[in-house]
Amino acid sequence: MNDLVRLLGLAQPQVSKHLRVLREVGAVDVRGEGRQRLYRLNGHALKPIHDWVKSYERSWSERFDRLDVVLEELKQKEEGDGSDE
Amino acid sequence: MAVTSSGTATVTLPTDEQILITREFDAPRHLVYEAWTTPELVRRWWSANRGEVTIAEIDLRVGGVWRYVMVAEGGFEVAFHGEYREIVPNERIVSTEVYEGMPDAEALNTLTLTEPDGRTTLTILVQHASKDDRDAHIDSGMEAGMQDALDLLEQVAVSLR
Repeated sequence: MNDLVRLLGLAQPQVSKHLRVLREVGAVDVRGEGRQRLYRLNGHALKPIHDWVKSYERSWSERFDRLDVVLEELKQKEEGDGSDE
Repeated sequence: MAVTSSGTATVTLPTDEQILITREFDAPRHLVYEAWTTPELVRRWWSANRGEVTIAEIDLRVGGVWRYVMVAEGGFEVAFHGEYREIVPNERIVSTEVYEGMPDAEALNTLTLTEPDGRTTLTILVQHASKDDRDAHIDSGMEAGMQDALDLLEQVAVSLR
């Protein structure tokens, strides 16, 4: 908890609140009681979100891969123009 | 020279109404801007691998309209249009976007190009009016992915015939 407060630069009550919500939805697991609590990210809980966004992300990746090809041509054209002058 | 991919697109969801798309390109930003705003060039990349862009109209001025139409494999047509709200050449374009299949769900897109060291970082922030609209937008990508899978299935089925 202290580590998170330091890393995030947030006040301790805010961090507690976020962690409580994350724990309630199963996105983090908690171990230990009292002063020292250890939180661990639970990747399984995040997987449905990842899967949901992945297909959308893939269509943008395909688009950008094609854009790379266009950009490479534009770069070569520009270099060619430069040497002609 | 081999074309090198600069990596994959990263999609995050900063708020319930937003989608943020980020990608780095091995090219200066004025060329990314050119590829983004020239109809003949947009036709070459915008369809991803999902079909053919049949119409790319760009009236690049504030208040001007853009419209892209793509015919997906199998003849299914999808169309998008919007209006330019803010244009800073080579840096930033703010425009609306409507998928014509869901005309009520208008989004506001902010394209930003930064070039710290000869490479361009492109971000698109998509701002929807509601979480439902935002979620439907992402679901549309899912459907496209499903369509890819079905197309592949069809190819396999045909090859087995």
